[in-house]
Amino acid sequence: MTKRLQLDPIRCDGHGICAELFPEGVALDDWGYPIVNTTPIPEHFVALAKRAVFACPVLALKLIEDD
Amino acid sequence: MTRLETEVSTAAYSQGPEGLPRLLAGVRSDAALTLIEHGDTHGPLPVLQIDALVDVLRAAGLRGRGGAAFPAATKLVAVAAGRAPRVVIANGAEGEPASGKDEALLAGSPHLVLDGLVLAARALRAREAIIAVERTRPRALRAVAAAIDERTSDGYDGVRLRIVPVPGRYVAGEESALVHLVDGGEAKPTVVPPRPFDRGVGGRPTLVQNVETLAHIALVARHGPEWFRQVGTFDEPGSTLLTISGAVRRPGVLEVSPGACFDTVIDAAGGELEPVEAYLVGGYYGTWIRRDDLASRPLSTASLRGVGGFLGAGVLVAMPAAVCGLAETARVMGYLAEESAGQCGSCVHGLRSIADRTHELAHRQTGASVLDDLDRWSGMVVGRGACRLPDGAVRFLSSARRAFAAEVRLHQQGRCSATRRDPVLPLPGRDRDWSWR
Repeated sequence: MTKRLQLDPIRCDGHGICAELFPEGVALDDWGYPIVNTTPIPEHFVALAKRAVFACPVLALKLIEDD
Repeated sequence: MTRLETEVSTAAYSQGPEGLPRLLAGVRSDAALTLIEHGDTHGPLPVLQIDALVDVLRAAGLRGRGGAAFPAATKLVAVAAGRAPRVVIANGAEGEPASGKDEALLAGSPHLVLDGLVLAARALRAREAIIAVERTRPRALRAVAAAIDERTSDGYDGVRLRIVPVPGRYVAGEESALVHLVDGGEAKPTVVPPRPFDRGVGGRPTLVQNVETLAHIALVARHGPEWFRQVGTFDEPGSTLLTISGAVRRPGVLEVSPGACFDTVIDAAGGELEPVEAYLVGGYYGTWIRRDDLASRPLSTASLRGVGGFLGAGVLVAMPAAVCGLAETARVMGYLAEESAGQCGSCVHGLRSIADRTHELAHRQTGASVLDDLDRWSGMVVGRGACRLPDGAVRFLSSARRAFAAEVRLHQQGRCSATRRDPVLPLPGRDRDWSWR
């Protein structure tokens, strides 16, 4: 079972907290909006990814699980 | 056993017209075919159960005519897999300013589209059948409204038909945007999944199908898959509608057979009015292709792929050599940026930035970074929107940079080879529809 990040680009307001908390998986574009790496997250990064997800003020970032 | 069934079902089909036109059979320029004229032209509409309809569409190999060329049978199966009651939407919101083929079909032969809609609605046991028409295309709106009245007063269908006027915005015809509009929201794309076939109008499984595709369905059901395949290529069977404009003598909508030679099609539009440097193929999500690359080439997506293009919703615009292709590209990029639904940050800001730099390139205000910025931002916006507007806009721009590469170099040196500045690509005017409902 692997975990991946999923962004709702409509909800996202570009607060950028996700990129601050989890720079390994989220970069910001030239306008401050997140570019999310949606490939499976290595186990040792999952905790960081979760922090980024919980910190999003508009709940635009989700952690999804594939089987 | 199988063979016997095939023979029986073949015998049930009525004879269809040989050659073309099919969709545009009997169509006049001044008024729509009435219900009686429509019946005289095409014959009665059969009733098909869902399995039979899927089989006939699969055998016909019909692909969607809204631009994405998705197999019609596959889409139908996906909607049928969901729980009844289902919803069907005929998508007549072409959105594309350079396209007029859906409007021409709706204005000329509205009953053929409604036939396809009713056929699909009955097969899917849909609670409601909706026809979405762009508000900015009054000819189509009037013809469809009159056609619905004719059918209803006849007690013709047993399916409730409803017309939904759609704002004249570029992305309003996107499937999820239409569903949102029908549900009482704005005609803006939503995040998918869930896709409409899974959860659409009112949460119901919803078939959103282009109006030309539905008209084909109405004909395939009457005349069968073998008849359907008598024109077109193996991979792209059946006729298709094109909208041809720009520097041709008789711009308008033509019904052609995919695989027909490019030169023949342009001749059918009256030929070119002046030297043409490139064609815009597929609309503002499409690509610029140099005329030399199109000459004597079969017009099909399979063949256009070889020169980086695709037929899309069938738009062809002839771009005169005397007009600056980069200036035209910049006008359209500005329009596409304005057509952002304002929902996704990368689209709102990205398309604006890209459009501004394209404008600078077109007007020879070229700082060293213009092309670098365009490269960087183009890569940055692709695949990040809820819909495909950024992807389409970037594809259009990169094809312009390829097709007009020599002009790009000239512009970097502060020069331009154009001798005229009159606009060629159609865009909505000052009175355009800015609303989302």
